Amino acid sequence: MIFKKFSIENKKARDLIPQAITVLALLSVIIYFATNAQINMGNRGISFGFGFLNQEASFDITFSMIEYDGSHSYGRAFLVGLLNTILVSAIGIFFATITGVIVGISRLSDNYLIAKVAEWYVEIFRNIPLILQIFFWYFAALRALPLPENGISFYDISFLTIKGWYIPKFIWTNFNIFLLSIIAAVIAIYFINSYATKQREQFGKQIPATIISLATLILIPLITFLFLGVSLTFEYPVLKQLSPTVFTYAGGVSIIPELIALALALSMYTATFIAENVRAGILGVGKGQKEAAASIGLNKNQILKLVVMPQALRIIIPPTTNQYLNLTKNSSLAAAIAYPDIVLVFAGTALMQTGRAIEIISITMLTYLTLSISISIFMNWYNKKMAIKEK
Amino acid sequence: MIKSIKTWILVGFASLLLVACGQGGGGAGSKKSKTLENTKKAGFVKCGVSQGLPGFSNADASGNWSGIDVDVCRAVAAAVLGDADKVKYTPLSAKERFTALTSGEIDVLARNTTWTLSRDADIGLTFVGVNFYDGQGFMVRKNSGINSVNDFKNGISACTNTGTTTELNMRDFFNSKNISYEPIAFEKADEVVQAYDAGRCDTYTTDKSGLAAQRTKMSNPDEHKVLPETISKEPLGPVVRQGDAVWEDIVRWSLNTMIEAEEYGVNSSNASSLKDSENPAIKRLVGSEGELGAAFGLDNDWSLRIIEQVGNYGESYKKHIADTGILPNRGPNQLWTKGGILYVPPAR
Repeated sequence: MIFKKFSIENKKARDLIPQAITVLALLSVIIYFATNAQINMGNRGISFGFGFLNQEASFDITFSMIEYDGSHSYGRAFLVGLLNTILVSAIGIFFATITGVIVGISRLSDNYLIAKVAEWYVEIFRNIPLILQIFFWYFAALRALPLPENGISFYDISFLTIKGWYIPKFIWTNFNIFLLSIIAAVIAIYFINSYATKQREQFGKQIPATIISLATLILIPLITFLFLGVSLTFEYPVLKQLSPTVFTYAGGVSIIPELIALALALSMYTATFIAENVRAGILGVGKGQKEAAASIGLNKNQILKLVVMPQALRIIIPPTTNQYLNLTKNSSLAAAIAYPDIVLVFAGTALMQTGRAIEIISITMLTYLTLSISISIFMNWYNKKMAIKEK
Repeated sequence: MIKSIKTWILVGFASLLLVACGQGGGGAGSKKSKTLENTKKAGFVKCGVSQGLPGFSNADASGNWSGIDVDVCRAVAAAVLGDADKVKYTPLSAKERFTALTSGEIDVLARNTTWTLSRDADIGLTFVGVNFYDGQGFMVRKNSGINSVNDFKNGISACTNTGTTTELNMRDFFNSKNISYEPIAFEKADEVVQAYDAGRCDTYTTDKSGLAAQRTKMSNPDEHKVLPETISKEPLGPVVRQGDAVWEDIVRWSLNTMIEAEEYGVNSSNASSLKDSENPAIKRLVGSEGELGAAFGLDNDWSLRIIEQVGNYGESYKKHIADTGILPNRGPNQLWTKGGILYVPPAR
């Protein structure tokens, strides 16, 4: 009897043994590679450790959202790269989503021209390798931009040149109060909306929540300007001569062309996939739904907004999450055009200067993993929120 | 049937484990030169070069590499394998080069690499010598009105390569002059050239030899000039992995042989006829006196083969750097006997 418990005939054991062996085999492979790396590094006199993160980086970075220069540490340089990666991914995701939704809906338009243009857009941009598109926007489009002295001027406060897009710099006084007022406004809007929803669901009352929200968002911060000493002035970029033929702009903020080119390429490319997701989502909603909506007198826009989109979103969100992840990972191609993202700054320059390949690559991989998982978690939460709730 | 499949899977895992264990613990560091043995076995020298720098390591349309860095690898191949053409070239970016060497993908790195303390001591590398004394400079457009680094003003933008000493020197330089600047660092030299050429940056900074070589790639080379100042010391030389002293010596003395040959007037055309020379130093160079090759397990003609097949340093410089118009003047890369700083220990 007791033998039967452990024998191969026992179903539980039969299920467990192969799994245990697989785990063991996997573990041995990992341990083997780790020890082998350790032995080889020892033999070649390479040390392992993360102490270098506190050393002075001694290289500068073009573009940083936090205070940084070469006297800061490698750890700080890592942070600069990470923030730049997040920035370009966020901009890319924002524009890819907007473009994707517009193009996706346009492809289903009854207007022949709009539908065809959207179709061509998708077919062209999704079938050219991303790295070529990045080079195109950077090198081809960049060369078309004028030198600073002939910059394209927008009302003399903003200039587009080959060296970047110079925009006015915001100079705030009492910025904290302004920020608090925005937070207060957002909280107020949340309550207004939930109140409006309740009123609509319980009593069938329509409250113009959107207009009230918009008014709140403008009014509360406006009060801080009028009564609480918040003020905003602008510092405009001014043309500066460095030598008889070399010009640049001083003052203001410079949006570097590398960022523009990369964000443009990433969003144009990813938008095509999102457009296809949107089209699939809309087509996935039963024809009967649209006909039913039309029969109760909703117009075309209302049908799209109230009936089709809420259902389509359930189909659109999961594959679009993948696209967001792809975009974030694709942003690592930044290194090719000198946008100082985490790959260029940390896995590039810092790796070269310190020679700590294993440490730096592990940190970089872990960072991308964390970024991707964060996006996944957020999108899964959003997906759940959008799922059908039976009432 | 199911049972047999399961057995096979188990056997597969077991053999995988055995194979894995069997390979463990491989590495350099034994008394014999493992790298030399492997090179002889493979029949070619694994050499890391640049992705294309005229004069140093550059591939022509049919994929043949040439340049003074390439000649170091050819010299090693001639010494070790008897044929200078038995080299496998791996083009590497500045970023990849050291990892490729420490991981064993290549055995010699001859890629215009600056010898610095931290590289030599910290990351498992050994520099064996200097085959080009260089220094960092700046290139600007001729019509810019900038005639010296003293004309640089706040806000200037500078393009360069990432992962190089150049990036660090640039910062030291601008900081010491108290000039704020915009650094734009690309991964590949070709992209730096394109961006500078397009007007993205006002100046392009790298080693002066590199500037001279890259200038030839600009859409209009005559519109650009290199400023007279040199802001750093850049001794460029071949690198090997730390831990294989014999291999290190072979590479070091292959390079030294080329320089010493020039010093004694031995070149590719007269080398074999100098076997009966009266100068013992020349006789040692062409292998008719002494047993120098035995010290690292080579025959006695190793240095003769280098001189015959690759040439001496002067020939290599003339062919790749001077005649191509990159840097006709040898400057510091002249022999010590002729006012330069090329000075190698005696081969005896």
